[in-house]
Amino acid sequence: MSDHDPHSESPSELIDPLRRRALGCIAGWAGAAVVWTVAGGVPRTLGATPTGTKAAASSGAFTFVQISDTHFGFHKDANPDVVGSYRRAVADIAALPQRPALIVHTGDLTHLSKPEEFGQARELLQELHVDRVHTVPGEHDTLDDGLTGYLNNFDHDGQKRAWYSFDQGGVHFIGLSNVLNFKLGTMTSLGDEQLAWLKKDLAGVSHSTPIVVLAHIPMWTVYAPWGWGTADAAQAMALFKPYGSVTVLNGHIHQVLQKVEGHVALHTARSLAYPLPTPGQEGIGEPGPLKVPADELGKRLGTRQLTVVRGRHELALIDTPLDRG
Amino acid sequence: MKALVLFTGMLLTGADAFGADPHVDIQKFAFVPKEITVAPGTAVTWTNLDETPHTLKASDGSFASKALDTSDTFQQTFSKEGDYTYFCTLHPFMTGTVHVRGGGGSAGGGQ
Repeated sequence: MSDHDPHSESPSELIDPLRRRALGCIAGWAGAAVVWTVAGGVPRTLGATPTGTKAAASSGAFTFVQISDTHFGFHKDANPDVVGSYRRAVADIAALPQRPALIVHTGDLTHLSKPEEFGQARELLQELHVDRVHTVPGEHDTLDDGLTGYLNNFDHDGQKRAWYSFDQGGVHFIGLSNVLNFKLGTMTSLGDEQLAWLKKDLAGVSHSTPIVVLAHIPMWTVYAPWGWGTADAAQAMALFKPYGSVTVLNGHIHQVLQKVEGHVALHTARSLAYPLPTPGQEGIGEPGPLKVPADELGKRLGTRQLTVVRGRHELALIDTPLDRG
Repeated sequence: MKALVLFTGMLLTGADAFGADPHVDIQKFAFVPKEITVAPGTAVTWTNLDETPHTLKASDGSFASKALDTSDTFQQTFSKEGDYTYFCTLHPFMTGTVHVRGGGGSAGGGQ
């Protein structure tokens, strides 16, 4: 079983989601009663030239990268050049000692859901030299017309819905949408239809298969007064409970936080656009873009590398800011 | 009631004595003022002063805005009496209420 997609693709197919189903054949790790641990969320400073770091896992590792909250179209004081920040991340990813098997983007690709922003997002994601980029929508990708604009550009399985699953590197990946069901005074939710789909999807996945879940808004309540949580996340967690290793990757709050619930590890990621305050940060009062000194911005933005090492039963996370000096 | 309208109008615009052009700012993830009282037939204008887009949606579905980027405005005319609670669909902890009251009736809110 290969750790990587055995097929190479031309750049024009970088985010062609229709090929994904073909990867089902490499799902699952043969035989092993895998008990995984997640070591991580630990920010680590890499050298100016990030070679030979601990991320350079031994052969047999399956590596992928999470980016999030690029907010293409944002051009205000908190970061007048989000494309420049994104391209620094592209360079960092290209310089990784091991080429990631795929990249996931956990939402808010665009800032205002404009057609030209989605077009720009598609073009910019092509600059990531990986076989595939998987996305989930953020609420900034659903302005005015719900998921229409997003799905016109990022319908991963042609089902006209924002949730899907796929298998790669022995991992069952699940992309969820928790950015549509906002109701007055409450946190967002996944909704019954999506939860029913999730239950059905998991029915075909063995409990020893590691699960990676992608969703934009945190799947745990980080800070309810700012809506930083998912109201019906507990129902999803109940479905994940029988699994030995579940890693939930979120965005939305533009900072690295983590929580572990049993075998479920939940992690939020840095943005590539602008920082947000810490939950309920004193003296701030609202979760708006933080204006930080120019030389600090790059320390607050960044990428995340995730490495799965067969035999070590470990999935390691390395959060890397754009500025590491 | 007139006094309440007067008060609200002055609070919001500092200009029109009868609150004929009531205005709500969207600022620091809040509707300011959170509650406003107007007479039937009044148009209320919202302006987003944040760097983050916001929306308005009535909890009874009677009105909704497009996403408002910085400096964008939204106007809604309220023809019938009632209490119209609304929220931002992106940040549902942001809520506000428009009280629409006819002349001479008892008024709630307005503060």
